[in-house]
Amino acid sequence: MATTLKPVDVVLVGFGWTASIIAQELTEEGLQVLALERGVDRATVPDFATTHIQDELKYAVRNGLFQAPVRETLSFRNTRSQTALPMRQLGSFRPGAGVGGAGVHWNGQTWRFLPDDFVLRSHTEQRYGADFIPEDLTIQDWGITYDDLEPCYDRFEYLCGVSGAAANVAGERRKHGNPFEGDRSRDYPLPPLDRSAGSLMFDKAARELGYHPFAAPAANTSRPYRNPLGVQMGQCTYCGFCEWFGCGNNSKASPQSTILPVLLKKDNFSYRTGCDVTRVLLDNTGNKAKGVMYRDLEGREFEQPSELVILCAFAHHNVHLLLLSGIGRPYDPVTGTGVTGRNYAYQITSSVEVFVDELMNPYMGAGALGQAIDDFNTDNFDHGPEGFIGGGYIALWTTGGRPILQHHLPKEAPKWGEGWKKSMAENYLKSASISTHGSVASHREAYLDLDPTYKDIYGNPMLRLTFDFHENDYKMSDFLTGKAESIGKAMKPRAMNVKKRKPPYSIVPYQTTHNTGGAVMGDDPRTSVVNRYLQTWDVPNVFVVGACNFPQNAGYNPTGTVGALAFWAADAIRKMYLKNPGPLVRI
Amino acid sequence: METIRHRPHPSDSCWDADTNMPSQEQACFAEHLCGMSRRRFVQAALSLPVLMALPACGSDKPGPAKVARTFFSSAEQRFIEAAVARLIPGDRDSPGAIEANVPFFIDLQLAGPYGRADRRYMEGPWASGTEQQGYQLKETPAQLYRKAIADIDDYCRKQFDGKVYAALTQEQQDRLLHDMDDNKIELRDFPAQAFFEVLWQNTQEGFLSDPMYGGNRNFAGWKLIGFPGPRYNYVAEITQYGKPYPLPPVGIMGRDGTRMRVEV
Amino acid sequence: MHTLKFLWIPMASALAFLGCGIAHSQGNDFNNIQRGRYLAQAGDCISCHTVKGGKPFAGGYPVETPFGTIYSSNITPDVVTGIGNWTGDDFYRSMHSGRRKDGQYLYPACPYPWFTKMTREDINDLKAYLDTLEPVRAIPPENDLIWPLGWRQFMAGWNLLFFDEGEYTPRQDESMTWNRGAYLVNGVGHCAACHTPKNVLGASDKDKALQGGDAGEGWFAPSLTGHERDGLGSWTIKDIAQYLKTGANKDTASTGPMTEVVMNSTQHLSDADLAAVATYLKSIPAHQAPTTAPEDIDDQAMARGKGLYVDQCIGCHMADGKGQDEAFPPLAGSPPIQAENAQTLIQVVLAGDHMADPPSLPTGLAMPAFDWKLNDQQVADVLTYVRNSWGNRAPPVSANDVAEVRKDVHKYGPRFKRMITHALP
Repeated sequence: MATTLKPVDVVLVGFGWTASIIAQELTEEGLQVLALERGVDRATVPDFATTHIQDELKYAVRNGLFQAPVRETLSFRNTRSQTALPMRQLGSFRPGAGVGGAGVHWNGQTWRFLPDDFVLRSHTEQRYGADFIPEDLTIQDWGITYDDLEPCYDRFEYLCGVSGAAANVAGERRKHGNPFEGDRSRDYPLPPLDRSAGSLMFDKAARELGYHPFAAPAANTSRPYRNPLGVQMGQCTYCGFCEWFGCGNNSKASPQSTILPVLLKKDNFSYRTGCDVTRVLLDNTGNKAKGVMYRDLEGREFEQPSELVILCAFAHHNVHLLLLSGIGRPYDPVTGTGVTGRNYAYQITSSVEVFVDELMNPYMGAGALGQAIDDFNTDNFDHGPEGFIGGGYIALWTTGGRPILQHHLPKEAPKWGEGWKKSMAENYLKSASISTHGSVASHREAYLDLDPTYKDIYGNPMLRLTFDFHENDYKMSDFLTGKAESIGKAMKPRAMNVKKRKPPYSIVPYQTTHNTGGAVMGDDPRTSVVNRYLQTWDVPNVFVVGACNFPQNAGYNPTGTVGALAFWAADAIRKMYLKNPGPLVRI
Repeated sequence: METIRHRPHPSDSCWDADTNMPSQEQACFAEHLCGMSRRRFVQAALSLPVLMALPACGSDKPGPAKVARTFFSSAEQRFIEAAVARLIPGDRDSPGAIEANVPFFIDLQLAGPYGRADRRYMEGPWASGTEQQGYQLKETPAQLYRKAIADIDDYCRKQFDGKVYAALTQEQQDRLLHDMDDNKIELRDFPAQAFFEVLWQNTQEGFLSDPMYGGNRNFAGWKLIGFPGPRYNYVAEITQYGKPYPLPPVGIMGRDGTRMRVEV
Repeated sequence: MHTLKFLWIPMASALAFLGCGIAHSQGNDFNNIQRGRYLAQAGDCISCHTVKGGKPFAGGYPVETPFGTIYSSNITPDVVTGIGNWTGDDFYRSMHSGRRKDGQYLYPACPYPWFTKMTREDINDLKAYLDTLEPVRAIPPENDLIWPLGWRQFMAGWNLLFFDEGEYTPRQDESMTWNRGAYLVNGVGHCAACHTPKNVLGASDKDKALQGGDAGEGWFAPSLTGHERDGLGSWTIKDIAQYLKTGANKDTASTGPMTEVVMNSTQHLSDADLAAVATYLKSIPAHQAPTTAPEDIDDQAMARGKGLYVDQCIGCHMADGKGQDEAFPPLAGSPPIQAENAQTLIQVVLAGDHMADPPSLPTGLAMPAFDWKLNDQQVADVLTYVRNSWGNRAPPVSANDVAEVRKDVHKYGPRFKRMITHALP
């Protein structure tokens, strides 16, 4: 029998980036805000302290900071003709767990999507004709534009202390930076990080080929920084233990390093850890949420009533919750109808490893220390002759040189033995990797739903993922890989491995944790779960925020856009919803 | 516990090849660890996960440290020592897996949460699935090792006149590793390659992880490749392109490459 | 008449410096209570009169002294267990003369030797504030003093020897600001209770005023004299005020018990009062600190310490010891790093610490614990190194010094975890 608790004004499911941003905003309105986090509490000291955090085995190999599949996982299959099986250990993606979520262990690569990304369907049809888009691709426009989101991107970047130099600032074109980036109201808050040997090498080669390399924008501070909330951040010291690790000197942006010192002091904010939300509770009409149901670590059930419910969990966890709660019609790939779970997408990546004679010192790095080109992203080039849509950036990231997982060996190197040892000694310090980071188009057969067989720890149906990259994306990825290969060649390496992305998609090797879609935003309730303000069409007092809102994924890391969307939704709630609760968009 | 005193390695008489009696082994191990009381280690080894800081033994010698086992039987230990010695060969001048104490590392890992697959989803129904659907075996890493080593030694006895893997020549041992990787050996419950992948992965981990976990002794793996360890600041060095880093390697427990801190 | 005029000036200045921008209306209850509340903050009463997690001012906080443990009293207005039935005169007598309502002597764990300097008016206002608190029925534990010190009559002798009863007399040759600062520091602020060394009988050594003292539980409160290295000599008035207001300045961040003082007390002082305190402190001449000669520093220790510094500390304190601007404090040129007594430094290295996080500097940046990573000799070496590098010069630290403090850390636990963080009601 569930215990009913005292009501609050707003309950947030999850306590990562989106919840922290939204909580900070809504508490300014005097609302009582409660965040429910499934995982444990975490703070920079002691949990990410410099004294122990650079431990590759514990955090990168044994997954110390991520969700444990024993408590939460999903089932996976490539196509509908297969039976989905549980993802028993983490592989392709590593969702976060605990206060701060994946915002603790990300690299800090912070991008804005391009203006064309937000109107991908209409733009593509306009430029290339409707027939250019394969029939089974379900890409669509977002319902908002880049200009709508620009102020929110700015706020997220200044919150985080993003280090970079922009090319298009307030209508002015500058010499450095990404010339393809949308116009922005002001430059990044901090100058770019120092360049590593790898970034310089890439820069030179890319320029030789006529491309436009630039310092990738980084949520790793290049200087000590005080953000607009007054929170002090340290300065990145290139320790090389970014992705998978918490930052020990407050230089990687995370909820802990940017928001929580201020948020946690507010009387009208509280949070509970070890609380697993299992349902959004709806009233009899099914159009109003009463609050949420959650379980604590002992499995006891609690009803937390609230006026407003905002799903801020990791992308596909939000979708799971929507499906279990019956919000939005579940997507049916056979008929192509329904919305919840529809348009799941991911990121398609490949790499080119180069082996050189120069000393690269790869272990000196930062999560977003990279040199990139955007010449082949979105629609920055003519797709006509290529026969695919989409694109991606190509970059040489020097995130670190962690011995177990970040060493590169030429493909001829023996897999083990004396030869392997020799190859390790010869190549570890003198190698680098160029990666391509490509968009993924949503399509009819890529979706999330509830598994008919496997259950989660509470006996609820597990989330099921059916996914493979579409042929379009393999084609696009091969194109990018070819470009990366030419840049690699221009570095005149002594050896090179070209590692294309090969079908089918496998859940085993790590790729990215850029899972998107399933609770897509849009202006048409037939093809979206939430409207342009991230409010569900069916239940106006439920908002869903995260990469789950992306109708398809662009050729960039998602967090910049996720942060911007959180500010966007918070603004809509503050300025419109609170004054007049109800549907913000009327059809 | 603060005093670092060098102790000689235990003699072979500590090693009971047939009886594998834990308390005796733990006592031997405790003898080996400088300044540590027997009881504390035993408590640590037998209780629920306990973080314990084991003081360094202050030995600079790169020779293999003979240490007791927590997980492997003596027969399994011999298999592991033979196999990892082929996977990453070495000698005094160029340390390999044995000199780096990789068997000790693997032993401790299998005795702990990794070996038990504490984080893994272990509910049924079970099915083998496609390669893309990942690991679907019921066996935890600990069970995988137990079963695989038993099966492989059985196979060896049949193939090589009663000799187990550890008694074969180096060429034969290498051949068998390749055969495992190519699934040319039949194991009872799972593909040999599944075991080989895990063994090779764990061997690399033991060679390249922080010495606090018992492997990479004296930074053998890190010195081989040139990784200086967890220092938190390269601000001055990162723009000194092409310059080798001047400082010796360090681990989380400091510059003593034998100092451990292990959760059992 | 000229004699009256002569008297008028000190009285006027006395009233004026007490006023200092705060509304002063005799008999205006609300203003008296507000002034009393401000004084309670200035005096940091809450930190000693509240246990962690307990009700404010209900007492029971254990004050460790060399003579045993004394538990603070309940000063809520409860009529049975608090001071609810104390008159204004009773309260004045306790603050001014160190005597309870029942006539018994107070132990100077309650720093009445400093509160004696407070004016009657201030003490009245303080009482007015305390009277507004929630009465709490709570009896503190029995004091645990070495026999026979439990017999309070001993305090009569102690007071005779060491207690200078009497309100503060402003100095005519100093400014109003200076006098206000002196009044705060030596009166309600009772800074010397920690920052002045004590003699063997637990009395402050007046000849060594503010030259550094025992802050309890293995913490050292450094010198506040004008000494360049081991004092405030290199700080401006602004530096001092900023430190007290935010817990940090260009040179350092507060640690341990002082963080509690910043959070519960000094961050609430007005800018004028902070400037006054700083003005007064800046006037204290440098004390005679022993100079450390280069020969006193062991080369081997420095070499070991340097290695440890590079391995363990440069992620935040940086390779040049300058820290990170407005984030992690520098070690180079920092006076607290060069304090004669290194206890505080040892505490911070062993158990870690958290910076003060007042609204003006909300982050609360923290330093992790090193006690599990470094043995006594290593802690000693790295501290010797930072105390004698980059132009720093201070006595070396020994493994023994560290071992002593490690005992305290084990006994009491990390100080920042025991901080009282009640908002003042």
